[in-house]
Amino acid sequence: MALRRIWEWLKPYWQTLRRPSLHYSLGFLTLGGFVAGIIFWGGFNTAMEFTNTETFCTSCHEMNDNVFAELKTTIHYTNRSGVRAVCSDCHVPHDWTYKIARKMQASKEVWGKIFGTINTREKFLEKRLELAQHEWARLKANNSRECRNCHQYDSMDLTRQSQRAAQIHQQFLGTGENTCIDCHKGIAHHLPNMAGVPQGS
Amino acid sequence: MKQGLHALILFVTAILLLAGCDDHTSAKYPAPSKPVTVTDAGQQIDGIRRGVPINQEATPPLMARVENFDRPRPINYEMQPPTIPHAIDNYQLTVNTNRCMLCHTRSNAEKFQAPPVSDAHYVTRDGEVLEQISTRRYFCVQCHVVQTDAPELVKNTFKGLDTEFWNKAQQ
Repeated sequence: MALRRIWEWLKPYWQTLRRPSLHYSLGFLTLGGFVAGIIFWGGFNTAMEFTNTETFCTSCHEMNDNVFAELKTTIHYTNRSGVRAVCSDCHVPHDWTYKIARKMQASKEVWGKIFGTINTREKFLEKRLELAQHEWARLKANNSRECRNCHQYDSMDLTRQSQRAAQIHQQFLGTGENTCIDCHKGIAHHLPNMAGVPQGS
Repeated sequence: MKQGLHALILFVTAILLLAGCDDHTSAKYPAPSKPVTVTDAGQQIDGIRRGVPINQEATPPLMARVENFDRPRPINYEMQPPTIPHAIDNYQLTVNTNRCMLCHTRSNAEKFQAPPVSDAHYVTRDGEVLEQISTRRYFCVQCHVVQTDAPELVKNTFKGLDTEFWNKAQQ
């Protein structure tokens, strides 16, 4: 009964969709659809890319006062060659499919922002281990993909590294025994209490 | 009318030319001063101002670089904490985490080919031997420090333990 009522309500719309257009030419509809597609798709991607900028991330005090402040002292913020890795370079995948998946997960962060789960320094410090563990788990699972967007083992000139770095990279990274995040935790942010967290293995 | 226009064009050109002559060379961006050479200290140990009168601006020496060659340095006296022969930029050594112990802890030392911290570091002040590093030895850089390639500020003739031996070994 209810289904029938819904159908009654939907019927005129369905018929409009099914019938050939009376007033608009096929050319107009095709071209119009094409142009509208560009506008909507472009708009969607532009809006999404805006959420990947440093300005957007640091517009919240949670990011600006905690993690962004810590990033500023590290080599990923300022360095001799002037290349900066912004938030999204490490925290958002670059490939489109993975990016969309991560962006959907990030809706949880919107929830967190609205309900203020880390809106004070104390709350943030209390939650830091959990948040960090999420990122470590993500990078461990995808074999440090976001690191490797810039740092390729094949492109490393081991002779330009210190002896100890070259030896360890060859032995553990080159053989695939370990991935970047196994040793390089806390390269961009302060670490939470690491008691019980395996490091360098 | 036409003369007025000519005058105006000339005037504008002259202004633009003058504006282009802005001196933006030496005064704004002075070349770095030459590195200060080591001088005999003599009577006065003036390591910081190096004899520059107090009413004049001294050019600071160049920033020194941390030595990063990964080979242990000889020690200068018995019981000296060994100096760190590598860079430790951004190594986190906080109440939460100790980056040094990633490699220098006993269990990882062999894996990373790092010298493990000595047994004394596992002993509390009451003589109790612990499994983990003792809290009184936790902050490594209290005793162990990096060395830079900074030139000596005053001439130094100090000869450390076994200096002769090490010099011979180097040759």
